[in-house]
Amino acid sequence: MKRLLSKKNLAILLGILLLYGVIQTLISLGILRTFHQVNLITICISVIMAVSLNLITGFTGQFTLGHAGFMAVGAYFSAVMTVKWGVFFPVSIFSGAVLAAVFGVLIGLPTLRLKGDYLAIATLGFGEVIRVVLLNTKYVGGAAGLFGIPRLVNWTWVFFAAVITVVVIRNLLWSSYGRACISIREDEVAAELMGIDITHYKVLAFSVGAFFAGLGGGIYAHYFYGLQPGTFGFMKSIDYLVMVVLGGMGSITGSILAAVVLTLINVVLQQFSAIRMILYALLLIVIMIFRPQGLMGSKEASLELFRKMGRRSGNGSLGSK
Amino acid sequence: MALLEVNNVSKVFGGLSAVTNVKMKIEKGELAGLIGPNGAGKTTLFNLLTGVYPTTEGDILFDGENLAGRKPSAINRLGLARTFQNIRLFGNLTVLDNVRIAYHSHVKYGLASAILRAGGFYQEEESMAQKAEELLKIFNLDHKKKEIAKSLPYGEQRRLEIVRALASKPKFLLLDEPAAGMNPQETAELMQLIQEIREKFDLTILLIEHDMSLVMGCCQRIYVLEYGRIIAQGVPEEIKSNPKVIEAYLGEEVSYA
Amino acid sequence: MEQFYVFLQQLINGVSLGSIYALIALGYTMVYGIIKLINFAHGDIYMMGAFIAYFSVSYFHLGFLSALLVSMAACTILGVLIERIAYKPLRGATRIAALITAIGMSFFLEYVMVFFVGAQSRAFPNVLPALRIEFFGGKVFITGKELLIYGVTLFLVVLLQFIVRKTKTGKAMRAVAFDREAAMLMGINIDYTISATFALGSALAGAAGVLVGVYYSAVNPLMGMTPGLKAFVAAVLGGIGIIPGAALGGMLMGLIETFVIAYGQSTYRDAVAFAILILILLIKPSGILGSNVREKI
Repeated sequence: MKRLLSKKNLAILLGILLLYGVIQTLISLGILRTFHQVNLITICISVIMAVSLNLITGFTGQFTLGHAGFMAVGAYFSAVMTVKWGVFFPVSIFSGAVLAAVFGVLIGLPTLRLKGDYLAIATLGFGEVIRVVLLNTKYVGGAAGLFGIPRLVNWTWVFFAAVITVVVIRNLLWSSYGRACISIREDEVAAELMGIDITHYKVLAFSVGAFFAGLGGGIYAHYFYGLQPGTFGFMKSIDYLVMVVLGGMGSITGSILAAVVLTLINVVLQQFSAIRMILYALLLIVIMIFRPQGLMGSKEASLELFRKMGRRSGNGSLGSK
Repeated sequence: MALLEVNNVSKVFGGLSAVTNVKMKIEKGELAGLIGPNGAGKTTLFNLLTGVYPTTEGDILFDGENLAGRKPSAINRLGLARTFQNIRLFGNLTVLDNVRIAYHSHVKYGLASAILRAGGFYQEEESMAQKAEELLKIFNLDHKKKEIAKSLPYGEQRRLEIVRALASKPKFLLLDEPAAGMNPQETAELMQLIQEIREKFDLTILLIEHDMSLVMGCCQRIYVLEYGRIIAQGVPEEIKSNPKVIEAYLGEEVSYA
Repeated sequence: MEQFYVFLQQLINGVSLGSIYALIALGYTMVYGIIKLINFAHGDIYMMGAFIAYFSVSYFHLGFLSALLVSMAACTILGVLIERIAYKPLRGATRIAALITAIGMSFFLEYVMVFFVGAQSRAFPNVLPALRIEFFGGKVFITGKELLIYGVTLFLVVLLQFIVRKTKTGKAMRAVAFDREAAMLMGINIDYTISATFALGSALAGAAGVLVGVYYSAVNPLMGMTPGLKAFVAAVLGGIGIIPGAALGGMLMGLIETFVIAYGQSTYRDAVAFAILILILLIKPSGILGSNVREKI
């Protein structure tokens, strides 16, 4: 208990509450309008998606291009529960996330023995199959989409969902279980021979990542009124992958930073709609050429890091902080 | 009963016999050596023992358990740990993390405790770090615990591999050319260390080594492998005077000349 | 009997589509073989090829053959430029960083075209005399366009095999793909060889673009996305890095898709292609013609 309530953890908790309080106040005072709120919600969803993808790809080293598929499962299932079955929406969203996790296990078990690009292309295929099945399912509106979902979540719900996602994934990674996942990224064979059941931990990372992607989908469904299969295509998976790589594979704070930065860049670029995608593309290329390890590399932003800025230092230990 | 029993094990890769009809019996507490020319199948035999490849024929009994059909991770948890000829550390992680990962099979808290930071999580993490440091100290690596594994000098990386294997709490340790690339003094120190840990942790050890004098000096029992077959076995004195072994090794020297 | 005619007709259509996928997949597989990069921009080079042919025919009134050659030449230059500017600086970086760059390059080509020519489809002028050969009293027919696709594809695939097997550059490509460091030690110019690979692959993609323009009589800036993806899938299906594998995978992909549209539901066409891919990967991860490589421990 003493270590859980250490000065550092209390400072972080305070920071989170302060951030929430300030924005909530600005919303209450009407200073942050609907336009700003939509962007804040988008940022939070991006944080959920990028951090959960980083668990799979950045930390466990399993390259997947189907993260939006899990998001679609969570979004559609939770929306159907709320709209068609009249279930209380937090239960719907949670169930959607659980179903996404089940999909994670079902897809993970057979495909995770594939390596590298093969896994990427198989997960890409899975994402596309989900999209096409949704497209052809009349019950969820088919190509026209599923509409009439009430906006039931607000800034408070979404912000804390993002906080919980980050805390759970961070605590998982900064433990012996997380180190087991990371050892798979480093050397699968050595990990297996040191007693790590790699299938088990790959599926663990996959299903936890899928769970939170499903959560992100559920929140999306309950904020943006409607769903269309096209929203969760291959491009969406790429968007989140870009966040993970840009932030730094294996850096949670990097993913958060990249989710915020890229969402804001998108907002700014809206003004130049004609050349928005051209600028976005150039940005990707330039950043990758000049900083291929991403903004944070595999380091985490912390007070310690700022102190160390001046001198060179190695990676932080994956301790039980 | 022997701790490790290898019964008529063979391995064929697409028509090519890598290991043929190998029989071994290693008693608890023994320090055995496995020697043989390049390509004789020594590492393949290690891969069979640790479950990396399934055997084509024959079976392997460890501590009375048949290893057939078990995953390498499960075999490790039975008490068989190894090092690698081509170093396979978790390169981007710290020295300490490398060791703690091998300790994972013995971790006492569950996944939920980790996420909630409850149920003795902090105590267990501290005790793990402490145990890891103790092991590192034996190999004089404790002062480097925060360094990145791949940045260590070669000899230290080899020692770290042994520490990592020890952290998985094995009964039986397989060392694949532990002294490769070390100078004579480092090699002598390493052999001294291997003897020490064997006593301290009550280990049985099988090691692959190229340096004949080294193997003769410390191993109690030696197996000689050539073209995948055991051509001789016995105490160092017997091996030294075995004509087949002399031929095999002379042959190798000639081919090098 | 009707059934049989339908089947035959679909076979003819399927081989046309398969030829186009095969041409794109060849470039994918060559680039992947040599630098292990999923070159996402490859589908967009195919789109550029289609547009260059469109402009050559519409504004400069070139014939089919000249348009094809202009297109292939322009795509060759484009492919080499992309490699030099965007991919070469990342050769030492992680593969995922290179992949993101390729995705960026793909967006860049797509949206530069959207900016200049608009997102709407444009009609590709008819450059070929109408030809229709009928069998079984008109129940099965093959058009001049289809014969052209077969002919051009066959010629290019044979030419490619010749270049890769017999020429010095081709041998260098195979050497670099097999072991880059060893090839370098043997005095092979790596940069030149990689550029040559991009040049060849891009020329084939350009040709595929022209053929598609002629076949479907339409071009648009986003036309490269889905065929690009499917061509990559085709390359994996056949065994990535293996040239005959890409041709086989592309052909299968085209046939499967055509038959799914004909006998099933056209809205499921993309799903079926990917579902088959997943199955193949699970049964034989190295693809149809690939061999399993054992990792040395």
